[in-house]
Amino acid sequence: MSVPHVLLALLSEGPKYGLQLREEFESGTGEVWPLNVGQVYKTLGRLERDGLAESDDTGQEGPQKRFRITAGGREALAAWLRTPPDLTSPPRDELLMKVLVAARVPGTDAHAVIQAHRVYLLELMQQWTRLKEGEARDDLGLALVVDSELFRLDAVIRWLDAAEVRLARAAAEPPRTAPAPAAAPQLRRLGARR
Amino acid sequence: MSRPVPGAGAASVLELCGVSKTYGQEPAAVHALAGVDLSVRAGEMVAVMGPSGSGKSTLLTIAGSLEEPTGGEVRICGTALAGMPPGRKARLRRRVIGYVFQDFNLLPGLTAAENAALPLELDGVPVPKARAAGLAALAALGVADRAGSFPDQLSGGERQRVAIARAVVGDRRLLLADEPSGALDSVNAGEVMRLLHEACQRGVAAVVVTHDAQLAAWADRIVLLRDGRMTGHTTRPAGPESLLLPGETR
Repeated sequence: MSVPHVLLALLSEGPKYGLQLREEFESGTGEVWPLNVGQVYKTLGRLERDGLAESDDTGQEGPQKRFRITAGGREALAAWLRTPPDLTSPPRDELLMKVLVAARVPGTDAHAVIQAHRVYLLELMQQWTRLKEGEARDDLGLALVVDSELFRLDAVIRWLDAAEVRLARAAAEPPRTAPAPAAAPQLRRLGARR
Repeated sequence: MSRPVPGAGAASVLELCGVSKTYGQEPAAVHALAGVDLSVRAGEMVAVMGPSGSGKSTLLTIAGSLEEPTGGEVRICGTALAGMPPGRKARLRRRVIGYVFQDFNLLPGLTAAENAALPLELDGVPVPKARAAGLAALAALGVADRAGSFPDQLSGGERQRVAIARAVVGDRRLLLADEPSGALDSVNAGEVMRLLHEACQRGVAAVVVTHDAQLAAWADRIVLLRDGRMTGHTTRPAGPESLLLPGETR
């Protein structure tokens, strides 16, 4: 997540003080991402250095300073909004590792492992849903954050469902002694890449 | 069968004790349910999740007394269904149980108010009294202003609100829902679950069958079903505030 760009977005509404920016940052993101005031001033200092924001020339440091966005800052903000985040390489996912390991370690009941994680994820989803039922009803920022988290957890559960089907199918099928001729070049290529 | 069911008690609206359902004869028998124990209290929403063929819908039809189990016992508001005369069972079905279906199942020739009042009218409640109860149910679901509209004049969300009003009209104690959000988008589907959960907070017990984790997450308890057996369940989760504690993952 990009704190500098969210601060620029808040400054694009008009000049603001550092403490005010911190408050608006937290309330605008459903208060799910806490931000300490030191981080705010450090980031504002960098924005100023890079010509993306400027402050009142009061000669004072600290909370009395008011910041405003520059033309360069507006351009940087617009460019950031349209730049897709880097999703090209899969994240190192601990749950994926656990399932891969469970499938290999002799004597491990991979289905029991999957089930334990599924129940935990569902309980987390119930908690997020309670938030949606209550506070997020009148808080658009929080509702968007909660939805995003629910879709993410839902996807993980669906992946667990698919993993369970794959494991069951693999256990039921005898190991292949020779790859099917048509698939052979592709399999070799994948193998070589690892 | 007198096996105690976890969570069962005086306030249990629905109790399934060791319920089994087998279709056909051995060796070709299909065991749709095998020894399922489930108790749902007044005010509680339970979601039943599982892949297709796991027995979810069978569980719902047995809970709704539409099908007989081949083993075990079903009790509704403390009364065992086994051996109950058909007339009494039908009356229980009409008075105590409300159903919400995937495709709403509203009657196209009746207005929203007439649809909502229908279960009471079928039960012999005088028409003015039934209509008043129907209107009250529509009002509780925020669609009183659509009372005179026919189903094809309503949006998908409004149709489902009317369907929920029909399910809870009068003094229904048990709500049974099979994939109740139908083909609604995720925001409107969530709205349906919110309404069902609010009905539970007014004292109704509900069992919602779904394959969708986001919908199941509205429930107070999620029960997982696979191959006719309960394979797990969530425990009552901590409040949402625990998600935002400092030192947590975010």
